[in-house]
Amino acid sequence: MSQTAITLTNVTKIYRRYGGKQFSTLKSALLSGDLVRQLRPDETFQALSDVSFTVPKGCTFGVVGRNGSGKSTALKLVAGITKPTIGKVDVNGRISALIELGAGFHPEISGRENVFINGIMLGLTKKEITKRFDEIVEFAELTEFIDAPVKTYSSGMYMRLGFAVAIHVDPDVLLVDEVLAVGDEGFTHKCLDKFGEFKRRGKTILLVTHSLGLVERFCDEAVWLDAGQMKAEGDPTRVIGTYVTDVARQEERFLVSSDQKAKTQAGEAGQASPEGPVAAADDYAGDMTQAGAGRWGSGGVEITTVEFQSADGQPTQVFHTGEAMRVMLGVRAAVPVRDFVFGIGLFTADGVMVYGTNTFIEELESDRFEGEAVVTLAIESLDLVEGTYKLDVAVHKRDGAPYDYHRMLHTFRVKSRIKDGGIYRPKHRWDFTSSIKFKPQK
Amino acid sequence: MWHNLRQLPKYRGLIQSLVARDLKARYRGSVLGYFWSFVNPLLLLTIYNFVFTYLLQNRAEGLQPYAVFMFTALLPWTWFSSSLGEATGSLISGGNLIKKVLFPAEVLPFVTILSNMVHFLLGLPILIGFMAYYAVTPDWWELPWFVVIVGVQLLFTAGLSLLLSALAVHFRDVKDLVSNLLTFWFFATPIIYSYQQFPEYMKYFNWNPFTHLAISYQEVLFFDGPFGHKWWLLALGAASVVLFLLAYWVFDRLRDSFAEAV
Repeated sequence: MSQTAITLTNVTKIYRRYGGKQFSTLKSALLSGDLVRQLRPDETFQALSDVSFTVPKGCTFGVVGRNGSGKSTALKLVAGITKPTIGKVDVNGRISALIELGAGFHPEISGRENVFINGIMLGLTKKEITKRFDEIVEFAELTEFIDAPVKTYSSGMYMRLGFAVAIHVDPDVLLVDEVLAVGDEGFTHKCLDKFGEFKRRGKTILLVTHSLGLVERFCDEAVWLDAGQMKAEGDPTRVIGTYVTDVARQEERFLVSSDQKAKTQAGEAGQASPEGPVAAADDYAGDMTQAGAGRWGSGGVEITTVEFQSADGQPTQVFHTGEAMRVMLGVRAAVPVRDFVFGIGLFTADGVMVYGTNTFIEELESDRFEGEAVVTLAIESLDLVEGTYKLDVAVHKRDGAPYDYHRMLHTFRVKSRIKDGGIYRPKHRWDFTSSIKFKPQK
Repeated sequence: MWHNLRQLPKYRGLIQSLVARDLKARYRGSVLGYFWSFVNPLLLLTIYNFVFTYLLQNRAEGLQPYAVFMFTALLPWTWFSSSLGEATGSLISGGNLIKKVLFPAEVLPFVTILSNMVHFLLGLPILIGFMAYYAVTPDWWELPWFVVIVGVQLLFTAGLSLLLSALAVHFRDVKDLVSNLLTFWFFATPIIYSYQQFPEYMKYFNWNPFTHLAISYQEVLFFDGPFGHKWWLLALGAASVVLFLLAYWVFDRLRDSFAEAV
């Protein structure tokens, strides 16, 4: 592990934004060779800024991050396809890049011929390919079709062949960009086995992927890139932990802003037709099953704020399955009212009702309400599977005539480590008699 | 630049297999297959022959049989013009390779030139057939020059293609410019006429590099007498070396931008 395979030293990569003039003159193009430096900052895009990391020989190194964070740019720099604007990239040993599989395939000619040409493109000699040919074809599971033109292949077959060739180049450094999505389950396992074999033989792998589980299971080290900057580096579990937390925070911000938009729109609609909402209230029961956000009501009682809180009283919109959740409604009655019912309805993102209740159903008889108040619905344990959920909140009369009805204006997200299905996760556990054994969990 | 230039011979195998692929793929699925490499120049020649011998009644002295005269320079011109036309866009159409695979970009224009050269060589039997039919015999001792002319043309085309393909990546206009320029160039070159018919324009002809190739082909294959144009040819050869190096320098300067611009 003493030797390094890949070193990035203060690498910055600036791309040109298109749309404007690219070259000032032909002469300047020839003299500078690269025009990015002459462009104004608003004409460029910094895909990577000052990124440095070292991958020791034999290390499996993961790169994670959102779309557009510079992962693929980093990979292309390591592969030598593009050059850094500032900084240095050093790679020791033969590289094979699984960036785009079968990039050099010609559709008209047979798989066999394409294997040879692709292999030569990737740096093998004819003799080496002949030697490995059967292995490649077998790996791609294309023995039957190898003499058919590649244009007749399904996309899965195409990818498999491309992968098989690339992986049989026998590189010292293997660059993988999100290619494990090719092929079926069986093929993916085969690819992973192949990666494992690489690892055992002390080869270096640079893995760019969105599959965090893969990074956690497979990599010795990882970096997290965000908007071209290195946010974390080191132990994969820790890096992924930080990354996931950040993603959750980001999602929350997104929910807040989209909620805000829905509320603003609903508010405008309400003001535009003050008569409309009351009319709509007549078939209020029917409305419960209809999708579509909005806000209506007579306004005798108003729901001024809606807030989700976690168990410790922090406002949040992202919860984990089984956590406690509090829904806080700020309400106001300008004139005293005696007939009021507070209710909520919980929906999945596609409009399936998960749960609905109100104070009337739960046999609370209203007496009197005036001024400002806070209504809290405390849910002890949010036993929902992962997903986005919408909330209706309302205050209305016992006969259903609404004071203020918020239809699907409030969103929260439930996250879960376990990817179970459905909507509701009952509290449960598995019990086994002694003859059934499981491996100890990590 | 010199480092990259030294790498070129290493790409022999790659170029070879890509040329083979091009040739295989070109006629795949057609009924005549490789036979098209013969049929294409044959049809071309028939059309030109019909127009210039029967319709326009070209009776210029010394150019008879006209079909053979015209074909000696038309066949190399076809190689040149289709090479240049295709090579100019070769980096753009091969963008997938440049962007996704670590791939020596200069290979792409070379492959187009070489696969067109194979078509040129396959067209030669047609020329030989016509020469036999019209009983035109070249001067046998001059035939080794033919190889030299082909070599100079190859180098000249390669240099020009490198330059144009690199520029076309950034200035897409180059592609259209080239295709129009080639039409003009064709008529400005003594291919369907002889430069001797227009002695007053000789000084303009001399500025046109392809003139010297065309005249060389004609003198070696068609006209009797010694190959008097050889000094022009050798000068063009030397100029082509310079052009090639210059073009390679430009290509090398722009190389890093290809992956982002294609």
